[in-house]
Amino acid sequence: MRLRLPHLAATALATLITCNSAWADEVQVAVAANFTAPIQALAKDFEKDTGHTLVAAFGATGQFYAQIKNGAPFEVFLAADDSTPAKLESEGDTVKGSRFTYAIGTLALWSAKPGYVDDQGAVLKKNDFQHLSIANPKAAPYGLAATQVLDKLKLTDATKGKIVEGQNITQAFQFVSTGNAELGFVALSQIYKDGKIDNGSAWIVPSNLHDPIKQDAVILNKGKDNPAAKALVEYLKGPKAAALIKSYGYEI
Amino acid sequence: MPLDASDLGAIWLTVQLASLTTLILLVVGTPIAWWLARTRSWLRGPVGAVVALPLVLPPTVIGFYLLIALGPHGWLGQATQALGLGTVVFSFTGLVIGSVVYSMPFVVQPLQNAFSAIGQRPLEVAATLRASPWDTFVHVVLPLARPGFITASILGFAHTVGEFGVVLMIGGNIPDKTRVVSVQIFDHVESMAYSQAHWLAGAMLVFSFLVLLLLYAGRRGKAGWS
Repeated sequence: MRLRLPHLAATALATLITCNSAWADEVQVAVAANFTAPIQALAKDFEKDTGHTLVAAFGATGQFYAQIKNGAPFEVFLAADDSTPAKLESEGDTVKGSRFTYAIGTLALWSAKPGYVDDQGAVLKKNDFQHLSIANPKAAPYGLAATQVLDKLKLTDATKGKIVEGQNITQAFQFVSTGNAELGFVALSQIYKDGKIDNGSAWIVPSNLHDPIKQDAVILNKGKDNPAAKALVEYLKGPKAAALIKSYGYEI
Repeated sequence: MPLDASDLGAIWLTVQLASLTTLILLVVGTPIAWWLARTRSWLRGPVGAVVALPLVLPPTVIGFYLLIALGPHGWLGQATQALGLGTVVFSFTGLVIGSVVYSMPFVVQPLQNAFSAIGQRPLEVAATLRASPWDTFVHVVLPLARPGFITASILGFAHTVGEFGVVLMIGGNIPDKTRVVSVQIFDHVESMAYSQAHWLAGAMLVFSFLVLLLLYAGRRGKAGWS
């Protein structure tokens, strides 16, 4: 037995090395919470087409910024805005020239109750709700867009005591879907499927009421030698991905 | 000024939340702990386990269930609405309910240990002196269990101050209503205001250390909590 040990170790090592080369084709992606549903659909397609594996983590863009600055192992970052990837780029945390806009987000005022939100958003002005849910405007671009809409409609003061904040757009959605907030600003992608509102009632907020939610993607330094990271970015730029992204209510 | 008005608001809110929670837990927890310490019922095991659950469960589980139960369609939410209180999610009341659940074992267990440590004899002696059970409890048990009450209060208060996940899930981050210190720190970190985060986080660290120092220094050589 003792004689065989080195042999065993060598086999184990060889196995590890082969496994490792297969694992090199896995890409770790930080995904803004609003893009959760699309990336899950995209991942299946991407894995089938390229043979690479996509591992996604979901959160608020500001949260990811802090994590990336502190050495998080992400290789590609799909943000909910364009300023955070640009900031990372200027600070030297990304692969130069890899930044591009993969989607333009649409904001929606949504209620889980059918017929509660009209298609003009007049329900906001009527102001007979208790809680209006938004994502944390300091960390989530959709939350910032929501505050811009309220500003533009001159409803900031009127809604002040009624706003509840989710830490990201998923939590903002959750407050509404559990009925704890009657309505809230969410990403259209969260309530949109195959070209229509999935459930409840919603007002698709006109894009002139807030700054465009340009969502940029970027390859981070940790992904610069990973072929899967590059493949993912190429895939996102392709026509197949574009069609799928649009079907969730984004512009491109 | 390293701490701004919103930081001070969060601190004041946290102090209020922790004080009220501790007070409620002492009132609710004392009979539970007394029962757990004295009973021979088969229910002792299950009840003890339920009280200890928050020690083990992630705050997300408690927060999630509270969000559903306290919501307009949940049974607790229906009850508060029927009582004319409306729903309590996103309110200070909601946080108090969440904190009472979350910090329950930190108050009940030290009390239970203190009651158990008294043993049967002082109670029997009191009974032979014709003290009523209430008399015995107030004049014999409470003074003897004093260290347990002190430990329970400190732990209940400190644990509520350190609460984060439950508040995050049912609070809605409203200034002066549900934005406690731990959430405020999270907010600062998220918005990259690291220096503000440092001041508040540092204050929290010093506070927590002092609390534990108070607890351990007061116990001189005894291991564990009682």
